Amino acid sequence: MMYFAPWKVALIGLVCLASVIFSIPSFFPAATVASWPNWLPKRQISLGLDLRGGAHLLLEVDTSVVLRERLESVVEGARNELRQARIGYTNLGVSGSNSVLVRLREPSQTEQARQLLAKLGIGVQSGTAALGLGSSQTDLQITTTPDGQIRMTLSEAALAERARNAVTQSIEIVRRRIDQTGVAEPTIQRQGDSRILVQLPGVGDPQRIKNIIGTTAKLTFRMVDTNADPNAPAPPGSEILEGETRGERYVVKRKVEVAGDNLVDAQPGYDQRSGQPIISFRFDTTGGRRFAEITQQAVGLPFAIVLDNKVLSAPVIREPILGGSGQISGNYTVTQAHDLAVLLRAGALPAPLKVVEERTVGPDLGEDSIRAGLISIAVAAVLVVIYMVLAYGLFGLFADVALLINLVMTLAAMSLLQATLTLPGIAGLLLTLGMSVDANVLINERIREEVKLGKSPMAAMSAGFSRAFSTIFDANVTTLIKMALLYSLGSGSVKGFAVTISIGILTSMFTATVLVRLMMVTWLRQRRPTLLPV
Amino acid sequence: MYKLRLIPDNTSIPFMKGRITGLAMSAFLSVISVILFFYPGLNYGIDFKGGIVIEARMAQPADFPALRTLIGNLNLGHSALQEFGGPTDVLIRLERQGNEDSAAQVAADKVRSALTQAYPGTEIRRVEAVGASVSEGLFRDGMLAMGLALVAMLIYIWFRFEWQFGIGAIATLVLDVTKTIGFYVVTDIQFNLVAIAAILTVMGFSVNDKVVVYDRVRENLRKYKTLPLRELIDKSINETLNRTVNTSLTVFLSTLPLALFGGEAVREFAIVLLFGIVLATSSSVFIAAPILLFLGENRLRRGQPAEQAAAQRP
Repeated sequence: MMYFAPWKVALIGLVCLASVIFSIPSFFPAATVASWPNWLPKRQISLGLDLRGGAHLLLEVDTSVVLRERLESVVEGARNELRQARIGYTNLGVSGSNSVLVRLREPSQTEQARQLLAKLGIGVQSGTAALGLGSSQTDLQITTTPDGQIRMTLSEAALAERARNAVTQSIEIVRRRIDQTGVAEPTIQRQGDSRILVQLPGVGDPQRIKNIIGTTAKLTFRMVDTNADPNAPAPPGSEILEGETRGERYVVKRKVEVAGDNLVDAQPGYDQRSGQPIISFRFDTTGGRRFAEITQQAVGLPFAIVLDNKVLSAPVIREPILGGSGQISGNYTVTQAHDLAVLLRAGALPAPLKVVEERTVGPDLGEDSIRAGLISIAVAAVLVVIYMVLAYGLFGLFADVALLINLVMTLAAMSLLQATLTLPGIAGLLLTLGMSVDANVLINERIREEVKLGKSPMAAMSAGFSRAFSTIFDANVTTLIKMALLYSLGSGSVKGFAVTISIGILTSMFTATVLVRLMMVTWLRQRRPTLLPV
Repeated sequence: MYKLRLIPDNTSIPFMKGRITGLAMSAFLSVISVILFFYPGLNYGIDFKGGIVIEARMAQPADFPALRTLIGNLNLGHSALQEFGGPTDVLIRLERQGNEDSAAQVAADKVRSALTQAYPGTEIRRVEAVGASVSEGLFRDGMLAMGLALVAMLIYIWFRFEWQFGIGAIATLVLDVTKTIGFYVVTDIQFNLVAIAAILTVMGFSVNDKVVVYDRVRENLRKYKTLPLRELIDKSINETLNRTVNTSLTVFLSTLPLALFGGEAVREFAIVLLFGIVLATSSSVFIAAPILLFLGENRLRRGQPAEQAAAQRP
């Protein structure tokens, strides 16, 4: 217990030295550290958004829209199939939360209709088929009644799969969109079932980014229904959509001729004649061919470019467009044209996103917090250091050395582990200052007692350490348990508090016991005192 | 060399004489705290209630009546404005905006643009907008963390000591936590995620202090087989008085600067911690130890043979 082999002494020294070295980069500005030669450690402690400034956005994917769209596509598909087969029907529509209902005029055609409608099902992955989707292997379950009623129900497993895919896809698209805006080091991750956490360091006003993220950007090219009156209810198969300017209304066919999925590129540019900002786009081969077909068939008719149920423009086709590219014009500013091009390039979100939580900290406030934190740490260190010397003399001084090493070691460990220091984390550092010397208070008090019982200095110290250890261990384990709970259930900056304290506690187990013991033993061997200075 | 001893060595203060008063006082304060918890109730922050907090720095000292009118005209429900650290710094709080999660966002954006339009040069330093369902989730998780922490402590102390000590420690812990919650009500400090961190930390102080005293009680139970329990507990408290006070004092000293210089955002957190340190220290002496006495000598001494197999404790 009270003897240290030379290799152990060397190891302890090495650990302390390494901590000092690895904590050094955190005390310099990032630009300075970047210019250092490569053999020097460069990892700095990473600051949370509340200290460096930035925006934390929690987005929720509205997965119910995905479900609704699927149901509507089933309705649309059923309408087409039944019409083509000339099967008479009534009351086709969505029924309840997850099924589509239709009644046939002629119950004898039920079996024929059933087979046609079964084609509307989309095959599901084998993984979910194993969950008991039945023999059909598609997401639709069709039940019929003898009087000609057909119910098509979307299976739960397929819906869940669809929702999950929508979130995964959304994450990818949000990432692409944010990358295009030039924010450095964004973090984008899934949280829970249907939420996405986006962290944007250095973004003080996330308004523009929220707009970019919040747009679904579902682009479709559809024909305008020229026979219908925009001020009357839309005929079946068409819908009334608003235009960019207020009060503008169009009747647009529901059938999508070409979709945004077929876009391969979109770039902001200027119209050669008017000089107005425009967005030019290019289709892939399929999209280009389809676009050529429509424009050939419908010369002289208007078609609508629809983005998120809003008509961006409805130009009249003057001549067939065969090159597979086109442009969108409107009253755009340069920024709007740029952002729209970003959205079209990154692709549409499968479902709308909404921001459900925002926490934004300006960079100045972050700097103020760091400054206040540093002052607090300095004052706290001075107070504790002085108190320990006053209370325990030389042994207090040993504890103080350990305390400072512990602070450095905590910083080094956090830099190496890439743990994030937050504002509550600074409070955690301060608490660790106080809690790490607690161990030395317990040890020193115990040594005092052992001395009073008449033990020799060496025996008293040995007993002091071994007997205080279990108390120290208990105190630290209970704290670690609580911090683990806080980490798993807390969020954001509070997690930083839990991490900082946990690391500080773990390193203090080394500094307050091993390091202090080494200092005491070395002192004892050199001075050989008859009385301990506690 | 001069040594600072706040508590003289070899004290023999008869703490057990005050056990009834101490326990009664503690129970009384805790009951009051529970009543306060229900009425008027905690001042829940936006983390747990949903709503908006905006911190702004104006170019000139803030004109509060004009600002109140400006925010009031936005029709976003009840709002509260206060000075935050300096005359140019304003903290604006808005209540939860209905049950729609994105409503908080919309409202925050309205306030942001209204402020920067009416007062050009205003720096928006912080915006926090928490939607209704998000706050409900955070609240559930926060309460769960507190509950689990209590259970985890019970289990740990159960393993570490005999059940009598476990009951004593947990009873004290519950008394401490209720009083901390009472403190939140009385001081009107916002109860939010950071408050959960504060309460868990106070629980940590409390358990750590109890471990020191209980360890000594158990050690003395082995050492003095015939000493009456009442005197034995008094002796244990007196023997550990210095370390109880000193460990608390070092943490107190390290937290104090946070309350003084740490800035507005962490001041309240630090104040709760300081309260908790004092509370945990006093409850170790006046509550946790007397509870042992009530549990009785026979029960405490009976577990001894098993106990001796365990390692020696300080």
